[in-house]
Amino acid sequence: MTTTALKEPVRETSPGAARAPRRRPGRIRRLSLPYLLLLPALLLELLVHLVPMAIGIVMSFKELTQFYIRDWGTAPWSGLDNYRVSVDFDAPVGKALLQSFGVTVGFTLLSVALCWLIGTAAAVFMQDTFRGRGLLRALFLVPYALPVYTAVITWVFMFQHDNGLVNHVLHDQLHLTGEPSFWLIGDNSFYALLTVSVWKGWPFAFLIVTAGLQNIPRELYEAAALDGAGTWQQIRRITLPSLRPVNQVLVLVLFLWTFNDFNTPFVLFGRAAPEAADLISVHIYQASFVTWNFGTGSAMSVLLLLFLLVVTGGYLLLTSRGRRTSDA
Amino acid sequence: MRSIRAAAVGAVTLSLALAATACGGGTSTGGSDDSPKTLTYWASNQGASVAVDKKVLQPELDKFEKQTGIKVKLEVVPWSDLLNRILTATTSGQGPDVLNIGNTWSASLQATGALLPWDQQNFAKIGGRDRFVEAALGSTGVQGKDPAAVPLYSMAYALYYNKKIFADAGISKPPATWDELIADGRKIKARGKSVLGAEGANLSENIHHVFVFAKQHGADFFAADGKPDFTSPKVVEAVKSYVDLMAKDKVIPPGDAEYAQNQSVSDFAKGKQAMLLWQSAAANLKSQGMSEDAYGIAPVPVRSGTPGQGSQVNSMVAGINIAVFKNTHNLDGARKFVKFMTSDAEQKILNTAYSTVPPVASAQQDPAFGAPDTAVLKNTLATSAAALPQVPSESQFETTVGTAVKELFADAAAGRAVTTDSVKAKLEKAQQQMPAA
Amino acid sequence: MPDSPMAPPRSFLWSRRVFLALLAAFVLTPVYVMVSSSLKPLADVTGRFRWLPSELTIRPYIDIWSTVPLADYFVNSLIVAGAATVCSVVVAVFAAYAVSRHEFRGKRVFTVTVLSTQMLPGILFLLPLFLMYVNIGNATGIALFGSRGGLILTYLTFSLPFSIWMLIGYFDSVPRDLDEAALVDGCGPLGALFRVVVPAAVPGIVAVAVYAFMTAWGEVLFASVMTNDTTRTLAVGLQGYSTLNDVYWNQIMAASLVVSVPVVAGFLLLQRYLVAGLTAGAVK
Repeated sequence: MTTTALKEPVRETSPGAARAPRRRPGRIRRLSLPYLLLLPALLLELLVHLVPMAIGIVMSFKELTQFYIRDWGTAPWSGLDNYRVSVDFDAPVGKALLQSFGVTVGFTLLSVALCWLIGTAAAVFMQDTFRGRGLLRALFLVPYALPVYTAVITWVFMFQHDNGLVNHVLHDQLHLTGEPSFWLIGDNSFYALLTVSVWKGWPFAFLIVTAGLQNIPRELYEAAALDGAGTWQQIRRITLPSLRPVNQVLVLVLFLWTFNDFNTPFVLFGRAAPEAADLISVHIYQASFVTWNFGTGSAMSVLLLLFLLVVTGGYLLLTSRGRRTSDA
Repeated sequence: MRSIRAAAVGAVTLSLALAATACGGGTSTGGSDDSPKTLTYWASNQGASVAVDKKVLQPELDKFEKQTGIKVKLEVVPWSDLLNRILTATTSGQGPDVLNIGNTWSASLQATGALLPWDQQNFAKIGGRDRFVEAALGSTGVQGKDPAAVPLYSMAYALYYNKKIFADAGISKPPATWDELIADGRKIKARGKSVLGAEGANLSENIHHVFVFAKQHGADFFAADGKPDFTSPKVVEAVKSYVDLMAKDKVIPPGDAEYAQNQSVSDFAKGKQAMLLWQSAAANLKSQGMSEDAYGIAPVPVRSGTPGQGSQVNSMVAGINIAVFKNTHNLDGARKFVKFMTSDAEQKILNTAYSTVPPVASAQQDPAFGAPDTAVLKNTLATSAAALPQVPSESQFETTVGTAVKELFADAAAGRAVTTDSVKAKLEKAQQQMPAA
Repeated sequence: MPDSPMAPPRSFLWSRRVFLALLAAFVLTPVYVMVSSSLKPLADVTGRFRWLPSELTIRPYIDIWSTVPLADYFVNSLIVAGAATVCSVVVAVFAAYAVSRHEFRGKRVFTVTVLSTQMLPGILFLLPLFLMYVNIGNATGIALFGSRGGLILTYLTFSLPFSIWMLIGYFDSVPRDLDEAALVDGCGPLGALFRVVVPAAVPGIVAVAVYAFMTAWGEVLFASVMTNDTTRTLAVGLQGYSTLNDVYWNQIMAASLVVSVPVVAGFLLLQRYLVAGLTAGAVK
């Protein structure tokens, strides 16, 4: 590691490094310093993320069922079989994966959109001081601060068919439904999941946008006000455009978190999620842990990873290009 | 950059090598006697709570320590965790020495090769195979192979009914057939009570019931060669008739479709619901404050006639087996512990505490198990219970078919039609999710 | 509205009022349910939902400690989340300092790699990681699987990418002249980091610490596979209340509240830093 590190940086010393006084004799130490500083992070990332990922990819090419889990080194190679099963959309396994994927995409898009919308609206409305703003802001952050499982378990309690608050309000008090609905099984489970996800997720958007708003120079608003722009127009012309770089990251982060979310559906529905709310993480968990087929589970994970790579890459490419042209 | 990549490659190769050479930890063929003074034991949650189990088991473990000098470290694992924990223990080789397993998992766990096979020699150490009731031995692994576990507690399903609700509705005796049950249901509903409880979102419960329904329709989920056969017309009909208890006959309230945490038992204990199909519920009901006089216990209904074998089967052979991990460091102690737990004296104490039936023939004769409720269970086990299929893919069967039934219940609860076609479609999907081998 | 040059129109004020009121109701309902149900007797929570308790009782708060060994879980969670937070912050500070203040080969690769691990679905590396821990344990005798150490290691890397990314932004906003002055004064680079950059970046570091703690405190998936009886954390332990014959909803709610209070309180106390940290760091 140090051998290459020694030569390279000398050639392309950056302005920052060049300005730093070279008074120490230990130039070698200085040059390898950044690597030393990075080493812990790097090792940890390798140990917990990258190497397991590599092992996961290896596992996806193996026939890793209950017969081999005791000694998975001896599991026979199965070539692309696991992948073939996963993407054979005519057969039930592939069909179920595709359906789960579809559900996840739909759920993620809706959840991210709602989180972003509510978070941004709340942040913009709370940009100016008014009485009770501090309290309200603290309150709004509570769902985000609550540990996932406690929040979700409370929602489970509320979504119960017989004794839950939701049916009590909708059916007993408002008489909106003829029969009490089911929220934790069947088709409505999708909306239950969406509700919980948005409830839990929007404060993050709120937090980030609030922070982003503080970076907008006040002069912009003053100038606009002098031009006669009202509050609504200021929001449209200054606030929202200024938030674009923040939104770019925010939407991506929200997307990835929501798409990969395991905790929420798992606590909400347990190990067998209803079809309408069968998010991909839980689906893969079930495919590997509950049916003891780790090979196929790994193959599905790898496919998921590839998809996320493509989406993230594409998104970054698209947004950064858009940004460059708009900056120019 | 090159250096980082090199480091990454290095680390990957290293850990892969580690994984390949050292994997499993328990790959050595047999156990050893390296630590003869301690044992770790995973017990399943049999009592009303984990704490109750500890209270029941600890004095017995102390007894064992006094007899043998072996200290047993007890962990009571909740059912929601147990299979996963066993699975991780199997994969990692880091597990307990002795553990309880649901008897339906025997064949699946046997296939992993992690459990000690109970051959002639091992059985001899615990007093011989003949001590156990044959029906219980039928759920200890694939037929023709040495059992992967030894029966510990036996259970069977029975029909629990609330005497007061029955009297109020003018029902003189518990229903013996499903038609009678449905007819009684009308009278019970007229009194404003719900009829029959079910755990629609509990996969194992679903499996236990559809298995019996299939038997009663003369069908099996697995063909003779061990291949899944979920879509034969008779199986479809059987599954449909179980779900129809909610969808068509309306004896199971729709709310039960989302039950998975024994809420139906508390509905019954609270007197909201007239009947419950459950295994060995007595201790359970008592802990919820329902007095023993308040309910009666009868055999699970059949389609017609009286319970027996073949299409007259009215329960699965339910129960808990005790198994030894092959890579234990105290093989001798583990066998001693199994011997202790299956001894007549312990069998009496434990099965009484859990209101289960001893799978040990001599213990079963004890007058303690002659009470009417135990008699029903004992009789069912002896004459009209059948073992769930002992095939390696049993645990997957529980998951896939159990999920199918859960989804069908959800359909029924939402008022959607449950038809032969919709049942067949769900079962087809379940079948294709089963492992090919 | 003293700092706004023009008073907002009535339409704005009314939309604001309505929107914020509805949002507050949405946010508050579950919180109210959690609090009120935790003070109800069991009969209230196993029957039809009621807004007000039939009687107020603190019984659930006493029972939660004996129904499951909640105190043990609490200690485990505290140790795991606390240690993971401290380690994660230290590691992130070093790494972010390196990226922010030094030019070196592989910088881009490093940042991109670290950030991209943020998008890995946990399910992808659950089993491999578990196998690795087991094998490392077998080969070296270091117990990672089932131990708190293994969980700490796992959790600290969960928050690492986001922490590094945020701190890079924050450190970039600390004027370089400051640490250069420190270097001139004879501090080594590490001295400059700890005496100048870190103190100037306290809001960012607090924000990162809060994030790391919350991540570790709330994780379910890995905790369910990688802990055993003695190392179980709250996330898994709370499920103990519903594996019983009856679901003790009032106790579940009480326990949830007890478990949530430390994080929520800490979070709300530190949220000022969080916004400041995000403003200077992540969203710049």
